[in-house]
Amino acid sequence: MSIMAGERQTRSPLSRGKMAALALLLSGLAAVQQAACAAQEPAAGGPPVVRRLTESQYRATVADIFAPDIPVVGRFERAQRKDGLVAVGTSEAGLSSFSLEQYDASALGIAAAVVSKERRDRLLPCQPKSETQFDTSCAKRVIEHYGPLLFRRPLAPQETARFVETARAGQARLGNFYKGLQFMLAGMLIEPDFLLRIERIEPNPKHPGQFRLDAYSKATRLSYFLTNSTPDRELLNAAAAGQLDSEEGLTRQVDRLMASPRYTGAVRAFFEDMLQFDLFGDLAKDPVIYPSYSSVVAADAQEQTLRTLTDHLLTKQGDYRDIFTTQSTFLTRALGRVYAQPVPTRNGWESMEFPASASRAGILTDVSFLALHSHPGCSSPTLRGKAIREIFMCQKVPDPPANVDFTAFDAAQHDKASPTARDRLEDHQTNPTCAACHKVTDPMGLTLENFDGGGVFRAKENGALIDASGALNGVKFNGALGLGQALHDDPDVAHCLVDKLYRFGLGRKLTTQEDEHTEQLDQTFAANGYRVPDLMRTMATSNAFYAVSVAGKEPGKGAKGKKGAAVTERAETRKQVGGRS
Amino acid sequence: MSKFNRRTLLRGVLQGAAISVALPILDCFLNEKGTAFAATGERLPLRFGTWVWGCGFIPERWIPSATGSNFAMPPDLAPLTPYKDKLAILSGFDVKLDGVANKPHITGCLGLRTGIPVPTEVVSAPTLDVLIGDAVGGGTRFSSIEISTSGIERSYSYRAGGSPNPSEISPLILYQRIFGDGFQDPNAAKFTPDPQTMVRESVLSGVKEDRQRLMKMVGANDRARLDQYFTSVRQLEQKLALQLQPPAPVKNFTMPKAPPEVPLDSEMDNVLVTHKLMAQLLAQALQCNQTKIFNVLFSDTTSNLRRKGESTTHHTLTHEEPINTKLGYQEQVGWFATQSMVAWKDFLDAMNGIPEGDGTLLDNCLVLAHSDCSIAKAHAVEGIPVMIAGNAGGRVRTGFHLAGRADPISRIGLTVQQAMGLSVEKWGTRSMETNRTISELLG
Repeated sequence: MSIMAGERQTRSPLSRGKMAALALLLSGLAAVQQAACAAQEPAAGGPPVVRRLTESQYRATVADIFAPDIPVVGRFERAQRKDGLVAVGTSEAGLSSFSLEQYDASALGIAAAVVSKERRDRLLPCQPKSETQFDTSCAKRVIEHYGPLLFRRPLAPQETARFVETARAGQARLGNFYKGLQFMLAGMLIEPDFLLRIERIEPNPKHPGQFRLDAYSKATRLSYFLTNSTPDRELLNAAAAGQLDSEEGLTRQVDRLMASPRYTGAVRAFFEDMLQFDLFGDLAKDPVIYPSYSSVVAADAQEQTLRTLTDHLLTKQGDYRDIFTTQSTFLTRALGRVYAQPVPTRNGWESMEFPASASRAGILTDVSFLALHSHPGCSSPTLRGKAIREIFMCQKVPDPPANVDFTAFDAAQHDKASPTARDRLEDHQTNPTCAACHKVTDPMGLTLENFDGGGVFRAKENGALIDASGALNGVKFNGALGLGQALHDDPDVAHCLVDKLYRFGLGRKLTTQEDEHTEQLDQTFAANGYRVPDLMRTMATSNAFYAVSVAGKEPGKGAKGKKGAAVTERAETRKQVGGRS
Repeated sequence: MSKFNRRTLLRGVLQGAAISVALPILDCFLNEKGTAFAATGERLPLRFGTWVWGCGFIPERWIPSATGSNFAMPPDLAPLTPYKDKLAILSGFDVKLDGVANKPHITGCLGLRTGIPVPTEVVSAPTLDVLIGDAVGGGTRFSSIEISTSGIERSYSYRAGGSPNPSEISPLILYQRIFGDGFQDPNAAKFTPDPQTMVRESVLSGVKEDRQRLMKMVGANDRARLDQYFTSVRQLEQKLALQLQPPAPVKNFTMPKAPPEVPLDSEMDNVLVTHKLMAQLLAQALQCNQTKIFNVLFSDTTSNLRRKGESTTHHTLTHEEPINTKLGYQEQVGWFATQSMVAWKDFLDAMNGIPEGDGTLLDNCLVLAHSDCSIAKAHAVEGIPVMIAGNAGGRVRTGFHLAGRADPISRIGLTVQQAMGLSVEKWGTRSMETNRTISELLG
């Protein structure tokens, strides 16, 4: 196979079974032995991870633990995306001096708000006997009240004692009980146990010699997956009581979290990540060329797509594949001007159906997709095609070669005989060096050429009628509606969602041992009519979601990671083979 | 106050007040690195910074035809004529790829800054500004200040691969961060340490107690990440410790006013304004010792700069604009290259505008200015343009043009570290590994 199929980020176009076999051959006897061991394991997993809270998780966590009106004043640095997801990047992101400075500013603001005169009676579990005299038991109660929520686990007695001492020392210096509490709380909010989700493992009693996540790490993985926020008291209590180890207990918590209003937030967080909405922060549009584009439109466009997705996937319990074809959407008046649709509501959102004349269907014709994957002053079939491959099909389109010769392309740019992007991009298709990659991006991207770089519909470019025909994997179609249908029908699209959602939950690449499980998830997803909540429920209630494979590691000794290294190696092997396919 | 350092001592001496010294004097003087005393007794810290512009240059408009100190400034360097003596022009130094894939606009920039060319954004951290900062950067409120002036939050300063040191993009927010809460006027008549700061300092030492417990729990990669976290905690702690001591008085310092709100986008006219405002704030921050290390990104390496009324960005033009056959180069790209040097001159104006000791702030800085490639059209990493400005308090010689003749560009990184007082013998990997100091640079 040629490079044109693109590089798979997660799975090979070959069947997973074949791939596993190939990986085994390539990585030799040691791997065979390990795979043999893995086969006996109840569920294969990967290494436990240390994940930094994302901005939205930090905000949701603070709101859930204290109160929604607690201000977060610090700034958050740019998120790092790895393998298509910020969620995976959080397992690699470090903590720079700048970010700690900002976390510290947030912590001071949050702590001051929590102990403020207007909030303290509501938010603190006790009052001191006197503000000027240290009240050990009240300080202890505050620590026992908030500590487990902040650290997502019970505090060790010596930890509680340390925080009591911090509060006492603060009071001694500042003369006020609440001031002491304030700086103690601010300190807790910059502890690594709060800022980082540190997964802990323990010996697995059912499988001697093996390990499992401890109950609180399990609760944390579950909670951020289904609520994008910290485990609540009930979940922590269930973890403490060992209820998450039983299928029944776990299922009860999964159902409870999915029924809570916070579940929608988790689905939104996933799609914001998958659709790369963080890149809107960098997006600039030329105001002369796109007068309709503004910061209001940019914000509303993201909200439009997220509303459409949650409405379709959660409220209507719709088929995931229909997000590429649905004509239902939500608009504000500001968006109505871009979409050329009347929006009677002056302020707020209106649910509506695009008429056939609008030529819009599915989230690929949303401004949030069209504008984000364009240049500041023109549309880009290449960027759009690349985004479709990478975001929705989990394929990696290679970068252009560094020494690419643009001479022929240059000439076309300034040729009056090349009024449309299709004319200008012809060299991409005819020059063999360019064609290798552009063949996988441009034919898809060109079908969206009826929408300019700001997402506004156009029939013509530079006076010439736009030809929006294209193809995906040999299937020919016309325009955005044809593209939506083609994606709807492509099995890679559903597989990709399964992979991304699973990696979003785990915060890491998948290991080859997990292929069998994700393949099962593919089948379940299809059997359940491609319903995302069903898929997430299946994931969250499966043992595999919590499985860890860390042979050679003893708890408390630090990972030597012999096997961990092999896992990475094999995942890399698969990736490379996928790239060559 | 139970702590005395050289600064408190100095302050006492300068004010003619009698103070008692709790530590042996020698220790006080030797404890801090990277500082010097002028003949007047004024404290003159040595600073290091980088200034980066994207998408290279037009060689025939930038490279002086003669080497040595007797050379004419070519057209794109003409705006810098007033600084000819304070600049070293370094042409013809290469990032050696050794077969590593050239990730456009990344490999060249990071290869120069780390001595190691990488095929992706996975950086072989730390970058040299961090190495230098760790050696000489202590004793300031911020371990470093990063600035990006073209409306885009990017940074090529890395302590660890997974986390660049983020840039400020707004002059107003930069102002608030440096001169807002927590800033101590160095010339204020009275100093009262804030008891809350003392409490915060002791809270932070509590955070550090967890280190051993956590390190045991995680694998090697995560240990490195936690290590970075604890480094950041230490830096925050140092910042608080500093706030508990009276700041050293600074001559000629006037508290800057809050800058106006300006459009934060990539249109060249706006970027030049933003850049000037931020350069001025940075210069004043350096003057009153808020940091000794800085990184300025004038334009991103994939430059998103635009000319007013034009839709195509600088980067796109480097690939799409045909060569003007009369001129022999891409005319519009040339305009951006010229403007970038105008901005560099603005930066030097800001640094040189602050008197310090017998000269100016610039004289006590070493600023490494560079791009990410030479000819952007081909993403060439051979002959990336580099300049060094300022004399680093006499440690660096300037006022000449040196042709690198395809030497590894890591020679520059090595020499700069040595000039800043780091004892490093060799730097870089494979063909980029070098122990060849650029002796012309060392004064």
